[in-house]
Amino acid sequence: MKLSRRCFLSFVAGGAAGTALSPLPWKLTDDLSIWSQNWPWTPVPPDGEGTYTLSTCTLCPGGCGISVRKIDDRAIKIEGAKGHPLNDGGVCILGLSGLQLLYGPTRIQAPMKRVGDRGQGRWQTISWKQAIAEVAGKLKEIRDQGAPQSVACIAPKDVGTVAQLLSRLLSAYGSPNFLRMPSVEDAYEAAIYLTQGATGAAGVDVENADFILSFGSAILDGYGSPVRMFKANSKMKELHGTVVQVESRLSNTAAKADQWLAVKPGSEADLAMAMANVIISQVAFDQDFIANKVDGFEAFARMVQDKYAPETVAQKTGIDSETISKIALQFAAARKPLALCGKGKGQTPGSLKEALAIHALNALVGNINRSGGVQALAAYDYINWPDIETDSVAAAGLQKMRLDGAGSDSLPHVRYLTHRLANIADGVQALLVAETNPCHSLPDTQAVKAAFDKIPFVVSFSSFMDETAMNADLILPNHIYLERFEDVPVTAGVARPTVGLCRPIVNPLYNTQHLGDSIMQIAKALGGTIAGAFPWEDYETCLKMTLRDQWGTLAKKGVWMAPNATRTGFETAPGKFVMMNDDMGAIYMADDVALQGGDDAYPLVLIPYDSIRLASRYIGDTPFMVKTVSDTVIKGQHGFVDINPETAKRLGLADGQLAKLTTPVGEATVGVHFEYGIMPGVVAMPRGLGHTAYDAFLAGKGVNVNQLIGPVEDPASGLDAAWGIGAKLA
Amino acid sequence: MSSNEDPKPKDVTEVAHASSPSPPGGGAYLLLFFIIGLALSMVVGWAVFPKALYSKKSQPFDFNHKMHLEQVDESCESCHLFRADGTFSGSPRLAQCVGCHEEVLGESEDEAIFVEQYVAQEREVPWLIYARQPDCVFFSHAAHVKGAKLDCAVCHGPTETTESLKPYEENRITGYSRDIWGHSISGLKHNTWDRMKMDDCAACHETAGIHDSSVQTGRDACFVCHK
Repeated sequence: MKLSRRCFLSFVAGGAAGTALSPLPWKLTDDLSIWSQNWPWTPVPPDGEGTYTLSTCTLCPGGCGISVRKIDDRAIKIEGAKGHPLNDGGVCILGLSGLQLLYGPTRIQAPMKRVGDRGQGRWQTISWKQAIAEVAGKLKEIRDQGAPQSVACIAPKDVGTVAQLLSRLLSAYGSPNFLRMPSVEDAYEAAIYLTQGATGAAGVDVENADFILSFGSAILDGYGSPVRMFKANSKMKELHGTVVQVESRLSNTAAKADQWLAVKPGSEADLAMAMANVIISQVAFDQDFIANKVDGFEAFARMVQDKYAPETVAQKTGIDSETISKIALQFAAARKPLALCGKGKGQTPGSLKEALAIHALNALVGNINRSGGVQALAAYDYINWPDIETDSVAAAGLQKMRLDGAGSDSLPHVRYLTHRLANIADGVQALLVAETNPCHSLPDTQAVKAAFDKIPFVVSFSSFMDETAMNADLILPNHIYLERFEDVPVTAGVARPTVGLCRPIVNPLYNTQHLGDSIMQIAKALGGTIAGAFPWEDYETCLKMTLRDQWGTLAKKGVWMAPNATRTGFETAPGKFVMMNDDMGAIYMADDVALQGGDDAYPLVLIPYDSIRLASRYIGDTPFMVKTVSDTVIKGQHGFVDINPETAKRLGLADGQLAKLTTPVGEATVGVHFEYGIMPGVVAMPRGLGHTAYDAFLAGKGVNVNQLIGPVEDPASGLDAAWGIGAKLA
Repeated sequence: MSSNEDPKPKDVTEVAHASSPSPPGGGAYLLLFFIIGLALSMVVGWAVFPKALYSKKSQPFDFNHKMHLEQVDESCESCHLFRADGTFSGSPRLAQCVGCHEEVLGESEDEAIFVEQYVAQEREVPWLIYARQPDCVFFSHAAHVKGAKLDCAVCHGPTETTESLKPYEENRITGYSRDIWGHSISGLKHNTWDRMKMDDCAACHETAGIHDSSVQTGRDACFVCHK
């Protein structure tokens, strides 16, 4: 039989009918639709038990409480901890995106030793035993040469057990060169010490103020404890309080303030003095406080009346005398006025004169040591470790002057002058860098990197491959904050001593080790009295023993806040708030902080500004943060500067074009962004960009403003008070 | 020269005519071929296709639900429990089992596998989940078990009487269990638990009169399950 065409067609028709009568087409259609709605390559997070763990964020000095949601052992979301005394459920963009740091690609996964040149990025993974042995071996060698003082350490803070362990290691070893990264705390501490005689940070009770006079403080862009400041600002708005922002740029804070005083940058101290003048001449000050609790008022009054009449100051500040008088009197008339010091996030110390002048405004309205005011924060006194027994080498080393000169006879008011790192490198044989990134965040990064080149031995404890880790010889990676225990005493302007507990949310992902344990192991390897200074088995034991009294509260609530500890008296010699004495007279009479490059070659002034969307300290921006930055700040890889269109047109620059920005310190290609909110003659650039290390999400984006600005020392204190730098844009 | 221009139309007609006369009984032949086609495709569709569509997999080891239920007080929820936050835990985790199974109990081979390969090594058992719905579906056990007071068996069948686990049949296209479509390839069902497709959810919601899930329309809406 021959299969005819008809038979074949008939067979196919039968097949089609049979197929239609079978489940095949319907089932296939259904399966394909399920398949196409659940592509097998689309990642689906595994299901599991959801839990929340309370911890404390350490990504900035703010000390916010966080509540981390986990599914089984995987952290999936960071939220603000409800009921926390600082941030009560709120969280900032950096804190929110912390999981990108935990699971991101820039983590250092094991101890590493440099095998190529510095900065080349060629590393060899080594064991922890070898890493500790190498550090201890080098430190022993330096000590055997009788130069323990040539070992320095940079840390982000000097409070808390980890910072204290580092400092203790240096003391037992014989070096006075513990350095803290610069911030407005340096100036605030000096001002508090001079006026109130107290040692410690300034606490500002923003929650209870009804009039905030902010001298450039980025209340809405990361000043102090950022979420706390946001909340205080919102509360102030609800209660119809007043915020006056003194700043040369229309920042978010200025835009949301009740009044914006566009002051010429660098003249804030004069403005504060002129306001003091008005308050004194109009007798608008707190007469009871001045009469009973202030020493040196007459001398102070004489000085401001002689030198700082509003009319005299008007031209220098760019604020007319009527406005100065009006704001000064509004400030004095407010029920709970508060003047804030510290530009931007407060990452630079600024001039001591400015801090004193602003603090004097608070004193004039009697706003010291009371609700809604400023007070010396009681010192964190929970660390009561046994005294260190020093051997002869250590004792000799500790007798030496600090390399940075802080606390010397000529610079008695300050404790750290870390910006001098570039100048003191010759005296440093070994540098330990803990959770800071000086190669990116100290001013004049080229000079800092050159200093690193001079230092023979650099150890980084960074968890991330940042610019400083790139320039280290050894990296002993710390657990990141979501993997470790740590006490977090907050100094960022909190009104009451507050200690948060940072605790492990997940088990360490990589072969990292707690910095506290690394310090102890180094000390133990060094032996003798150094090892003897560390009697604890490991960091966790040390922490629990140290926090003995508060551990229960901390473990349960995640935070401990001192009962209201408003100080009543003053610890100065006269027992009063000192507005003027010989020391302070010298500071007030000292020259203004000069502008580097303030000549014809550099007709513009470059000022840095801070944004809550950009992290500008140790931690680099997370990919999520970079995504939220406007294209007038970064576009592609280019960073932009804000410039007033009038100034730009005068220079022949068009909006959006690229131009070369030159300062006495460096140069960079930047985009030009026309912005009416910035004073003519000034260009502004955000901090926190221009990373060269890290990963493709961050490296090469924008320009690091610190590569264009160098430190300028305050003649009175030695602190870095650079508020800008001469610049040329072409 | 192209073949289109080949001038032989007559030959083509002849060839066509040569094969065209129908053989005797041509209608029957056609019907025969139709039936063969029909039968073969029915065999493929009803028998070959289901076999080809599903791969059979064994569970890591066997499990006796009946015996375990005799040991516990709170029925299914003793092991398939609701967590404190109301979420459903699904298959038990190792931590729930080790209370009893720290050491090998009895002499079964499955018990030995469990204790030696999972408990001792602290590995979770990679159970194959018969009732797992596609990821595009949201399903809350709490709403059905606690809220609507449904018995587990309504959807999962009389699992409590089984002494061993049936083979897991995985759909090669979707990757989901055969239990969702149901064992019958025709999609017919006799019991509520025979099939767990969208229509089955909808039918039950319809019968139970649940029409309050959309505020706007007052009717059941896609977003109840497809969030």
